[in-house]
Parts: sequence; structure tokens; C-alpha cells
Amino acid sequence: MVKHLKPAVMLFVILTVLTGVVYPALVTGLAQLLFPGQANGSLIVAENGKTSGSGLIGQPFSSPGHFWGRPSATGPFPYNAGASSGSNLGPTNPALVDAVKARVEALKAADPDNKLPVPVDLITASGSGLDPHISPAAAAYQIPRIAKARKIAPAKLSDLVQAHTEGRQWGLFGEPRVNVLSLNLALDAMR
Amino acid sequence: MTSNSLWQIALYVIVLVALAKPLGLYMAKIYEDEPVGLNRLLAPLETLIYRLSGVNPQQEMRWTDYAIALLIFNLLGALAVFGLQSVQASLPFNPQNLPNVSPDSAFNTAASFATNTNWQGYGGEVTMSYLTQMLGLTVQNFVSAAAGMATLIALIRGFTRRKADIIGNFWVDMTRSTLYILMPLSLVLALVLVGQGVVQTFSPYQNVPLLESVSYEQAKLGADGVALQDAGGKPVMETVEVKEQVVAVGPAASQVAIKQLGTNGGGFFNVNSAHPLENPTPLSNFLEMLSILLIPAALCYTFGMMVGDTRQGWAILAAMTLILVALIFVTVPAEQSGNPAFTALSVDQVASEGQSGGNMEGKETRFGITNSALWAVATTAASNGSVNAMHDSFTPIGGLIPMWLMQLGEVVFGGVGSGLYGMIMFAIVAVFVSGLMIGRTPEYLGKKIEAYEMKMAAVTILIPPLMVLGGTALAVMVDVGKSSVFNPGAHGFSEVLYALSSAGNNNGSAFGGLSANTPFYNSLLGAAMLFSRYWLAVPVLAIAGSLAAKKIVPVGPGTLPTHTPLFVALLIGTVLMVGALTFVPALALGPVVEHLQMLGVGPAK
Repeated sequence: MVKHLKPAVMLFVILTVLTGVVYPALVTGLAQLLFPGQANGSLIVAENGKTSGSGLIGQPFSSPGHFWGRPSATGPFPYNAGASSGSNLGPTNPALVDAVKARVEALKAADPDNKLPVPVDLITASGSGLDPHISPAAAAYQIPRIAKARKIAPAKLSDLVQAHTEGRQWGLFGEPRVNVLSLNLALDAMR
Repeated sequence: MTSNSLWQIALYVIVLVALAKPLGLYMAKIYEDEPVGLNRLLAPLETLIYRLSGVNPQQEMRWTDYAIALLIFNLLGALAVFGLQSVQASLPFNPQNLPNVSPDSAFNTAASFATNTNWQGYGGEVTMSYLTQMLGLTVQNFVSAAAGMATLIALIRGFTRRKADIIGNFWVDMTRSTLYILMPLSLVLALVLVGQGVVQTFSPYQNVPLLESVSYEQAKLGADGVALQDAGGKPVMETVEVKEQVVAVGPAASQVAIKQLGTNGGGFFNVNSAHPLENPTPLSNFLEMLSILLIPAALCYTFGMMVGDTRQGWAILAAMTLILVALIFVTVPAEQSGNPAFTALSVDQVASEGQSGGNMEGKETRFGITNSALWAVATTAASNGSVNAMHDSFTPIGGLIPMWLMQLGEVVFGGVGSGLYGMIMFAIVAVFVSGLMIGRTPEYLGKKIEAYEMKMAAVTILIPPLMVLGGTALAVMVDVGKSSVFNPGAHGFSEVLYALSSAGNNNGSAFGGLSANTPFYNSLLGAAMLFSRYWLAVPVLAIAGSLAAKKIVPVGPGTLPTHTPLFVALLIGTVLMVGALTFVPALALGPVVEHLQMLGVGPAK
């Protein structure tokens, strides 16, 4: 028992220094050298030095003239990037059905003429509460509302969505998606 | 299922199996002290470590010494994690000035990370300082994985040695696992992940402006910090306008890499690998998901190499892979089928070129259904427990499979080291059962399996179900257990059963709705994690000692070959039978009932 104490303590200290100090410091150093933008949160910095959010973190949108993102379950306000969270609502929880119903109604109220069914990602909360993307279908669904609010031709908006649609990575991995913040930034820049 | 979905799944399984041989070969050479480049390069460092620690690498241990060394080392780790959390407010590298962690939560986290479970009762970005994350949690991510690998290697030596009383040197096996296997792989993975967008910085959280401000209501506090009330006794509300977003960052990539590779699973952020800064792209997702099963798969080949018959390793890997693939093809369609309660609400859940469709509650757009369901199966097949989607919001069948994979004892790949030693216990039971059927003394890899080995193997197989079912029964009987439940009805029972299945098999994933950061759950789950880790590891080492002392029986006409498809089927049968017989009643009360409710009457009334 006692004979194992010295090796245990010493090895623990040495491995702590190696894996808890040297390793993260080495990764940080190399990361800051090789990928400074990504390592610090992929912030979107304009030419004048102004930051307008992170390219990987979604933001809340509710005005009719912007594309809306996924519903977010973070507290106390949506898209709180300091406290990520999903809703954790189970599939048979009545609260989930009520929430989805309210979201569908809000979308319909903002664009009463749109009778199409709503793409599911637009009315379900994301896992992180910070999902920066919506599906291309969810973006297309919102085009008539934005066209009316901004008095822009829907075809122009379709082109913009198309230009901001990322396909599957390497043509295979993941799902096609549209980054809502960069789409809205481009939309605001159109004026 | 779409053809793209099939391609993504096929590619995942193919790459995984293809990498098993090269990495398995490399690890076998490391453990057998053959030169492979990297250990030549780092040999001076290894020698220095032994000199400073007073370790003689040539001096091997009996199984009892090996077990004592393992326990002391893990105890030190748990104490360090507990201590760091308890005083983090006074220590540096805490830019957000996070307070000290409560004792029950600190105990739970210490037990959780020392046992390679990495269950998290807390939210990372609002609880742990950078120092605690690195010096406490990242370190345990490495050494708890290394301890699992060391235990496995000791067991393998039990099979290969004849009439010996020593099974290796724990300190050497720990050092080599960390230095030559876990650290190099993690370094490479961490840098690739940063390239994809995972953060790695010591800077404080970043403030960025919102394009559209957002407001919410909160109770107004008086000057004394107590919520104000109006004349009618109602709380006075005030509107808060938010114009900025505080983006949590930190040294995440270094921890994410090892949490995936070491089957740890404890996320840097609260939502784990669903967080865009922990898993930003489909490619980062593929690599993180591959890392979950990489080392457990490769260790099968290492096992085959070390026992001198690689067919033995392939047979076990085949059994694991077959169970994995079968369950992938249950989970993905279950999630893709969506939620029947939404169909009446003018919601489009059908997969198309424009959307993944399906049950998207709790899932991220970039991963869609395929990668979320695939990850859920991989992370619970391994005792990893990281998530990229919220399992609590899965369909009943989509949630049943991860739960059952944990309940099988984390032997389908399982934890690094611990998964394979668990599977070898099932192999011992399988040869015993077939020995009874053909009327022969059972043998495995040339060693006679006798009463002592059978007793120890039975202990390792029975402890986790005892923790899971006993713990669940206790939790649903007492008010402190029931009051933490979030979702109503059968799903609420599933939340408790999932938590105990996770802790009692050292997985670490959760149905996150359960408020588990309470003294009751912190203690119950902490105890379950400790029992399930060490009451398995010690009997496994006892078997290693007992096997090492035996002579090797030559293969005869009555020997049951353990590398054939017949044995693979027998092994799968043993795992599934034990798992099914033990857990079907409990699963029937949770996900099965919920599934019938969902199909029959829509949402539970």
C-alpha cells in the first residue's frame, strides 16, 4: 500500500502537468498561430473593424423583414450564447405540441397568404439553442413575407438564399443549410 | 431513409473498421515495448518520468498490487478534481469569476470524471473556470481513459502468460497509454477541430452586438435584493432589453479532442457537441463521432495481436459491429419518422433536398436526423456519453436504443479498455454456456475457465444492472427523486431510468430534462458510477491474476473455436439475452408505453 504512494503521487503530478498544462497550452499556442479567427469564436469583423456577431452562433430575429432562425430554448432570453440549452421537451409532452402550435400560428400571422406547410426545423427548438442555421426549405418558406415587408422581388431573395446556402460538406457530410445571421447581414446590405 | 443517409452511415462504419488494424497494431507495439518511432522520440521523457516517480519499469506487479495502484491513482484524481472545484474562485484562469462549486456537485463531478463516466450535473460555461476545466477535467479525461486501457492490457497478459504471478506494471501501462497513444491523437484532432471552428483561447467571453435587440421580463428587485411586490401581492416585473450577446469561449478544442477519443464525453459547454463552438461543421462532427469508437475498435485488434491470433480480435470486433449496425437501422428511421402530434399542425416533416425533416426538436440543422441519430447510437454503444442532440427530445424508440445500449453493460465497443474487458467477460460466459452444452470443460484462448473465473465474470455482469434497477426503483419511490422529473407520464420514468443506466454503466449521457444537480441525484449517481467502475475493474484484474497462473491447454478436438461466425453469434446472443432479460420490464414501463401512447392517442393526456 505505502510503497505505491510515492509513485502514485509523483506520476499524478507529472501527468497533470503534461495533460493539464503542457497539452492545452501547446494546443492554444498552435491554434492561435494557425487559426486565429476560428480559435477565438469565428467573429464576423467588418472592414471598419466593427464586429457583428459570430459566424457560428445564431441570433434572435422576429421582425418581418428578417429571416427568422430556429426557436431557441436558452434562458432568460433566446440565443443566450453564455448559457447554451435545449428545451428537453419529450415528444409526447403537451407543452411541446402547444409550443409548436404557437410557432406555426406566429408564422402564419406574419404572412397570412402563405398556406404551405411549415418546414419542421423552423418550429422546433435546436439542441444548443444557438443553432446558426436553418434548412434551405425553411428559408424558402419565409421569402414571401420578407418580399412584402421589404418590397423586394421574391426572385431576388431566392437568389440571395441560394448564394448563402451551404451544401453538404464535401458533397456528403451533414445537411444543406443557410446561415441566418450572414443572410440577414447581406439582406440589410442590399438597401 | 434517403440514399445520402445510407452513404453517411456506410462511410462511418467502413472508416471505423478500416482504422482498427493500423491503430490496433500501433498500440500492441506500444504495450509490448517495440520501437515505433514515436516511443523512440519520447523515450527520454518516459525514462525521466519513471526516474522522478521512483518507478522501476522492469518490475511487474501481482494483480493485487496492480489493483491497489489503480485505486490509489484514481482516488488522487478524484480528490484533485473535488479540491479544484471547491476553491476555483480564489484561483487564476477564471475570467468570468465563477464561484466555487457546491460540495455535492463537486463530489458527483469528481466521481464522474475519475470513473471515465463524465456525467455532468452542471453546465460547463456557467460553472467551471478555465483552470478547473484544464487542470482538473482535461487531466481526468486522459488518465481515466489510460486506466481503462491499462486494466485491459493486464487482463490480456493474463491470457498470454503461463504459470506466472505478475501481470504488468500499472505505472508503465498508464504512462505509455497517455504519452504514446492518447496525447498524440488528441493533439492532432484538437488542431483539426480548431481549423473547423472549435474555440481554443484563454480570453474571457466575447461581447458581440445583436442585429436585432431582444427583450424579456424579469422580477424587479428592490435595493435589498428581494423581489418587489405590488399592492396586490404580485411581483413587479421590469423589461430588460438585450442588445449584446455574450459568447462563451475558452480552451475547448483541447478538451473536446480527448473527451471524444477517451470515451469520456464531458462537454466543455452545457449542450456538449450540439454547441456550434464545440462541434461547428459536419466534418468536425464526423471526426468527433469517429473518435468515439476509434480506440475501442482498434483495441480489439491489439487484443488479437497480443494473444497471438488476430482472428480472436476480429471475432469480437465483428460481434460489436453487427450489434451497432443493427441498432443504427432502428434509431435513424425512428427519428426520421418525426412526431405524429405535429402532422395535424400544418408542419412538413418529410425529408427532401431542402430539409432533413423528421423529429428536429433538440437537433441541430447542420447535423439533421442522420448524424444526430448515428451519434446517439455511437456514443451509447461506447461509454462516451457526449451528445450532439438532446436525447430527451428523441422519439420513444429513438431514445430506447441509446438507453438499452448502455444497459447492455457498455460492451458494444464500450469505454476505452473497459468496453473490451467487459466484452471478454461476456466471452467467458459464452464459452462456459457452450461448454455446458457440449459437456466439456470450457476454455478461452488456451486457458481453462473454472469456478473462480465464472464467479468473477458473473459479478462484473450483475453489478451494473443492480445499480441501474435498484437505483431507479429508489429514485421513483422517494419525493426528492420524483420532483426532479421534467416531462410528464411515461417519459418522466424514462428520464430517471436513463440517468441510472448512464451512471450505472459509466456512460455519462442524459435525458437532460431531469434536474439532476440536486444533493439526492448527485449522491446516488455518484455512488452508482463508483461501484460500477471499480467493482468491475477489480474482479477483472482478479481474473487476470488467476488466468496468468494457469498453464496453457493445447488446442484439442474438443476445443470450441472462438474465432468463427458461430462463436460471434453465440457472443452476440449472450450479450443480448442478458441485456434483454434484465431490462425489458423496465423499458416496457418507459419508452415502450410512450411509443404506444404516441401512435395510439397522440400526446399523453
